[in-house]
Amino acid sequence: MTFPRSSFLRALLSLLSSMRFAVSLLTVLAIASVIGTVLKQNEPPANYIVEFGEFWAGLFDAQSLYDVYHAAGFLLILLFLIVSVSLCLWRHTPNLLRDLKSWREHATLDSLRALPHHAERPQPCEREHAVTTLTAHGFRVREKEAGQVWLVVGKKGRLHKAGYLFAHAAIVVICLGGLLDGNLPLKLTELAGSRIPEIRDLPQSQVPAHSRLAASNQAFRGNVTIPEDGIADVVFLNSGKGYYVQELPFAIKLNRFNVEHYPTGQPKRFMSEIELLDRTTGKVLRQAEVEVNKPLNYAGIAIYQASFGDGGSALRFAQHSLASGIPDSTLATRSQSTQPVNLNNRAYQLELGDFRTFNIEELPVDNASSPAGKMATAFTRAQSVRSEKHTRNLGPSIQFKLRDDAGQAVEFLNYLAPYSEEGQLYQLTGSRSDPGVPFRFIRVPLDQHGGPETFLRLRTTLLDPAQHREIARRTAAKAEAGGGISTQAQEQFRAVVLGVLDRFAHGGFPAIDRFLEEKVPQAQRPTVAQTYLKVLQGAAIDAMDVAQEKAGLKPLPVDEQQYRFLLDSLVASSGFFEYGAPVWLQLTGFEEVKSSGFQLTRAPGQLLVYLGALLLIIGVFCMFYIREVRCWVRITPQGTLLAMTANRKNNDLAREFAALSQALTGDIQP
Amino acid sequence: MKTIEPTPTPRAFLSFATLLVGVCGIIAWRYLPQMDSYEQGILLASTAGLIWLGWRWPAQQVFLPVCATLAWLATGLYAGDLARAQQSFWLKYVLASQSAVMWMCVLFVLATLLYWIGLLRRSITALSIASGLTWAAAAAALVALLVRWHESWLIGPDIGHIPVSNLYEVFILFCLITALLYLFYEARFQARNLGAFVLLVICAAVGFIVWYSLDRQAHEIQPLIPALQSWWMKIHVPANFVGYGAFALAAMLAVAQLLARHGILASRLPSIETLDEVMYRAIAVGFLFFTIATVLGAMWAADAWGGYWSWDPKETWALIVWLNYAAWLHVRLVKGWRGAILAWWAVVGLLVTIFAFVGVNMFLSGLHSYGKL
Repeated sequence: MTFPRSSFLRALLSLLSSMRFAVSLLTVLAIASVIGTVLKQNEPPANYIVEFGEFWAGLFDAQSLYDVYHAAGFLLILLFLIVSVSLCLWRHTPNLLRDLKSWREHATLDSLRALPHHAERPQPCEREHAVTTLTAHGFRVREKEAGQVWLVVGKKGRLHKAGYLFAHAAIVVICLGGLLDGNLPLKLTELAGSRIPEIRDLPQSQVPAHSRLAASNQAFRGNVTIPEDGIADVVFLNSGKGYYVQELPFAIKLNRFNVEHYPTGQPKRFMSEIELLDRTTGKVLRQAEVEVNKPLNYAGIAIYQASFGDGGSALRFAQHSLASGIPDSTLATRSQSTQPVNLNNRAYQLELGDFRTFNIEELPVDNASSPAGKMATAFTRAQSVRSEKHTRNLGPSIQFKLRDDAGQAVEFLNYLAPYSEEGQLYQLTGSRSDPGVPFRFIRVPLDQHGGPETFLRLRTTLLDPAQHREIARRTAAKAEAGGGISTQAQEQFRAVVLGVLDRFAHGGFPAIDRFLEEKVPQAQRPTVAQTYLKVLQGAAIDAMDVAQEKAGLKPLPVDEQQYRFLLDSLVASSGFFEYGAPVWLQLTGFEEVKSSGFQLTRAPGQLLVYLGALLLIIGVFCMFYIREVRCWVRITPQGTLLAMTANRKNNDLAREFAALSQALTGDIQP
Repeated sequence: MKTIEPTPTPRAFLSFATLLVGVCGIIAWRYLPQMDSYEQGILLASTAGLIWLGWRWPAQQVFLPVCATLAWLATGLYAGDLARAQQSFWLKYVLASQSAVMWMCVLFVLATLLYWIGLLRRSITALSIASGLTWAAAAAALVALLVRWHESWLIGPDIGHIPVSNLYEVFILFCLITALLYLFYEARFQARNLGAFVLLVICAAVGFIVWYSLDRQAHEIQPLIPALQSWWMKIHVPANFVGYGAFALAAMLAVAQLLARHGILASRLPSIETLDEVMYRAIAVGFLFFTIATVLGAMWAADAWGGYWSWDPKETWALIVWLNYAAWLHVRLVKGWRGAILAWWAVVGLLVTIFAFVGVNMFLSGLHSYGKL
């Protein structure tokens, strides 16, 4: 089969430049864009599998739906759009220009009379008068004489048609700029096979040459994180499932990263003090502060404040062994590091996460319980614009994992500062073995010196079977002295105390619960449980005394506050049975090193895009708000005819026609 | 189709323009140290813009000075102390921003009721009262925004900012702009009964404002996060809401037109041609401002996020809204389409716009997450 070559080409061109084709392209573009907003882009593959299941995740991936905007198909649509709009412009511009130039002075009497806005009167009008009136109404004027007929032609609003050219040229210019800045050039080198994104997690220096981009690369948008006092001379460009290493023409040194907060705790200002260094000599090229909304431009590259975090802070821990007989020790390390540790003679791997200086927490506002009360509160609050949210700063924290030799990890979250509640201070330590669940916190009560030592002493004594006999003896004796039991029952009571202590020492409150469930009939359980709890609380007082004596310290007087301390200690001691680690690593000190995340972009197309945007706005304005009007005054010895037409026929035109005819002849009846 | 061309009276306009220049001068004199050069530019441009607005629309020569005076009275009553909002009678019941917002809500609802009564009973009186109430509601909205701006500075000098920074504030802006656009066309086309439709969409926004304030305490002024601390916000957000307001207006006129085409209320509504013409004009205004707003947004993004286009959900949906109305205008102007299909399309356009405005914040996460519900 043979195509008539020229007509095939013509058909192709006319298809490409047709508005239907352009609109179809735009529709496809819009649908692809919607997919991109609904499906989170560039997530780790595992997330998609969790969300959609193996089959759909694979199918979506094959359609490159996870990186829609950089998919080859998407870029291809953009290219087609440029071609289509350019062809449309190319096809229509000559006609437009011809029309702009034309005066339509050959309009016949009949065609003028056919216009909706025309008027005639039998007196001939002065030619001079017609010209000055039209000029005064903003028309450009040309005259033509043919025998007895004198035609004065006026036109105005040329920019209306120019607006069409502007707006459509703008689309082409914007798309070109966008393609220039987008990763089209990179996509082309990828297609040619000379560049492949790296997918392994390697130190930057080990990334092979085919995944590195030279500093001469004209368009990129990449990120890098630098710790304080650190230097970076590359950025990382995301590309599909991998990344590229982009060399920079200079090196960036982060001197300091500053965060400021509002009194309410919300962040107010993020600012990095940086130096740009010459890559070879190390000479300082530029010193600057980079802030959100205030990027630094240097050598055609814009440097933005993008994120911040921990840059590997020095940390000190106190190691409190949770087994008896092992003395406390200390540990000095850095956040974001991994190291082997020996805890209670077992090997673990300590994987430290991010150190955080601020932990701002929003406190709940007191709410009335009844609906009417709630409504009243809401109305009262609605009167004031001052925020009533209360926040508090829980202070510095460190999150870390302890991984045993079987590879099982438990995650911990420890705070440095004591946490105060109703006058009592606590140290918070949270743990979880499943990263998907919230931390379970233990509140370690602190003594009057602000340390956990008293609690630890009490816990060791409570859990030490060798001390139980002495504790039970004292508790029973006290009970007898207080008249609670008879001398005969003392022996039996001591056995009960011993039993309760023994069970608590082997699993805390849950162990006592288990015992009750197994051994006590259901009807009696609440009563027995109450008794056991009382016994344990009493025993705790004596255990504290024993612990103090053993440490050679004075006994602590049991007042209300001390009693609360003892109860808290029982709860915390019980909690440590399910802590998941043999040691409580108490954070005791730090020297913070922050890090700052930068985005660096080189966008040579930006100027083109802005130019296009300006053209677009001007174009749209001209198309909608400039009316192209033409008018004719045809003067013959027999009379005058005024006719007028415009690109949009509405009552604005009618009004203008009436005004003009009034000015021209004074009494023309429209 | 009948339109009324405003007849500018030069003397009134001159005093209006002089007044605005004076106010601009006072603002410059008092706040110049706090303003960077961009903000000075914005001040000059808005003064020029408002003078132009007063020229094109003489009613603004009264509306703007009245609102400014009320806001100025409120700042005087505050005397530098926010706590006076609860002590001063005028602040507590009328001029404090939250009181003004509540007045706005009440007045818009009353105006809607009266527009419907006027429409159904063919009562000119009801319609003119409704029109007056809409003006009053718009004034309450503008006063609320101006006073809120002042209140934010009273909370703390580092907290003060223009009240277009979260969903609560922009909803008030939306009510204000939609109402003003409507009032403009109402006067221009002598079509008072259209308010019955246009104010429905404002009432929906009012419902949201009330819920958002009472249930979520969204009216509380929060300090600006670093990403929003930019002079771009002062122009990007208002430009966007002229777009949203105009699209909402067009969609409500489209609903009226569709009803009229089915013979419902046809005798009480303006002619289908008028409805169609106003709808077209609203979409043209909206499209122009939406284009400007999107371009401004892209330029801000280049300053804040490191690129003028990141295919962030909000950006992408703005593009979709833009493409939608671009296509609407193309088929109308180039293909000459008219009739019910364009009206239906304008209604669908509002749904797309609403998704871009609110839905993106609710359902999709992204960089543009300031307006989180």
